[in-house]
Amino acid sequence: MNTGGVSNGAPLLELRGVRKSYGEGTAVVTEVLHGIDLVLERGEFVALIGPSGSGKSTLLNIIGLLEPLSAGDYRLLGQPVASLGDAGLTRARGESIGFVFQFHHLLPAFTALENVLMPELIKSGRFDAAARARGLELLAAVGLADAAHKKPNQLSGGMQQRVAIARALARGSPLVLADEPTGNLDTHSADDVFALMRRFNAERGTAFLVVTHDPRLAARCDRVVELVDGSIAKPRAVVP
Amino acid sequence: MGFAFTVAWRFLREGRFQTLLIVVGVAAGVAVVTYISALIQGLQGNTIERTLGTQAHLTVKPREERTEAVLGAGAASNGTLARDVQPRAQRLRTLDDWRGIEAEMARLPGVLAVTSVVNGAALAQRGEASRAISIIGIDFDGYDRIVALRSRVVAGEARVAPGEALVGRQLAEDLGLVVGDRLVVRAGGAGGTGAADTFKIAGLFDLGSRDLNRRFVYVTQTSAQSLLGIPGGMTNTYARVADLFGAAALAATLRARTGVEVESWMDSNAQLLSALQAQSISTGLIRVFTSIVVMLGIASVLVVSVVQKRKEIGILRAMGATRAQMTQVFLLQGAIVGWIGSLAGVALAQGLLWAFSTFAKGSDGRPLFVVGLPLDLALAVALMATAAGVLAAVAPARRAARLDPAQAIRL
Repeated sequence: MNTGGVSNGAPLLELRGVRKSYGEGTAVVTEVLHGIDLVLERGEFVALIGPSGSGKSTLLNIIGLLEPLSAGDYRLLGQPVASLGDAGLTRARGESIGFVFQFHHLLPAFTALENVLMPELIKSGRFDAAARARGLELLAAVGLADAAHKKPNQLSGGMQQRVAIARALARGSPLVLADEPTGNLDTHSADDVFALMRRFNAERGTAFLVVTHDPRLAARCDRVVELVDGSIAKPRAVVP
Repeated sequence: MGFAFTVAWRFLREGRFQTLLIVVGVAAGVAVVTYISALIQGLQGNTIERTLGTQAHLTVKPREERTEAVLGAGAASNGTLARDVQPRAQRLRTLDDWRGIEAEMARLPGVLAVTSVVNGAALAQRGEASRAISIIGIDFDGYDRIVALRSRVVAGEARVAPGEALVGRQLAEDLGLVVGDRLVVRAGGAGGTGAADTFKIAGLFDLGSRDLNRRFVYVTQTSAQSLLGIPGGMTNTYARVADLFGAAALAATLRARTGVEVESWMDSNAQLLSALQAQSISTGLIRVFTSIVVMLGIASVLVVSVVQKRKEIGILRAMGATRAQMTQVFLLQGAIVGWIGSLAGVALAQGLLWAFSTFAKGSDGRPLFVVGLPLDLALAVALMATAAGVLAAVAPARRAARLDPAQAIRL
């Protein structure tokens, strides 16, 4: 597994008393996360639920190293992220975390295959034959082998989201963060996409943290974390 | 770099109309700069060629005769003695040791050819008509290496033999001469010989200037010497040099080495030189301002592009693209736009120059002057435009690099 060099027995990620405020240093300081404690083990499939404005996206951004935290401690694979500069955060993000966004956010100028290969291109500066083969394999795994050379705007929403999942898995990251991945899909496509994530979780041991509004999908996760007004309500186990 | 180039190229291709617009803008700017530069270069080359076509680059003259004051300036200023020093009228004088001067000049680096001439005032007469002329005794081949006289002979033979003369078109017209006619030349001036000689017209020349065509009469050196009463003497030594604009420096070297009076074409054409300089300065200004306009154009389009591509930039950053990589993506977009625009611009300038050479004709139906597009100029302009593109992209690239990925994705 690609663990960014830390391979001790530490959990995948560990948040202790994480707080996030906006507008620091100004007259109006808004705290959106009030001391979050959260541990995610390798290979877990966790749903993050909560009403709008409860801080789900902010928490996801913090876990995804896209936003700094205001206070508290965050360890990714045992490594405290507070010690990382922008370059270190960027590297850790590239190596350890894959993203699936609500509005799929593929790069419109690139084909499906190129989108899947983009993390590799960022890392090594080229698409080599091996990477290409892996990309095609991933696209086949999400059922889009035929769409490899189509541009995102030629694909349906469900297909685009499946490309995005393939892309999130491209570098073999141990964690995929998905922000309402099925949010704007019809029920059928949503089920497909969700099933796909569960399959990769089972087959590859990739951990998923999925933000969702859909209680039906949340019920199919290993664990549900509910966020209410910037705090974790009560961890509850769900029988799969 | 592979990542940055791939993404930069796709971003540009994706923004078709926007990209096209800015490439056309760059092309227009580059075309203007290239066209003006080539035109001015051609014009200057042409002007210099026309001016120097009938002039030696270096001219050695006999030292002027000067009246020396016997009493010092102090003696005059204390009021006890009146002093009046009058400049002398200059006689026709010859060079001291022109052979030595020729040898000395030929030794200077960059001197291509050296020749000496006998030059004096005379009167050309035919029947009732007479004209004031300059009689020039030359060694035809030597003189031809300084001023391409052979190619300027328009009728008769291109030579001066004893008893023969080459005259200009206008003089021939004024005096009603044709090739083969005879012409009486009477020496005037301070030599005071008043001697006259008869020459057969061997040929007519056209130096491209009515004045010179009316004044110059070429004969052999010996004929001129005997007519002017300076047997064996030469009045001027001419030289042609390789580096035109180094002529003044060469003249100074020669002056320092031999103590003779040397004038370079740059001394005798000071006005022309300053005109050329003014042209060069205005070309430079046009270049600078066009570059600024082009850069502003590129910068504004790229700034808009950074805003349009916020989401993509955010995704790329989320996938592990560094700030440096995002900077490169936008710098490269500037470079690509500058490079492609400059290629198109150079092609456009080439077209304009062709049109100029083809349609702008002088009164004689020939092109005003021939303007080409030198390769080094084209390359210099293309490099400049590419550099301008990169420079213009610096600010947008920094904005792209500083973009907060979390915010960019949320929008």
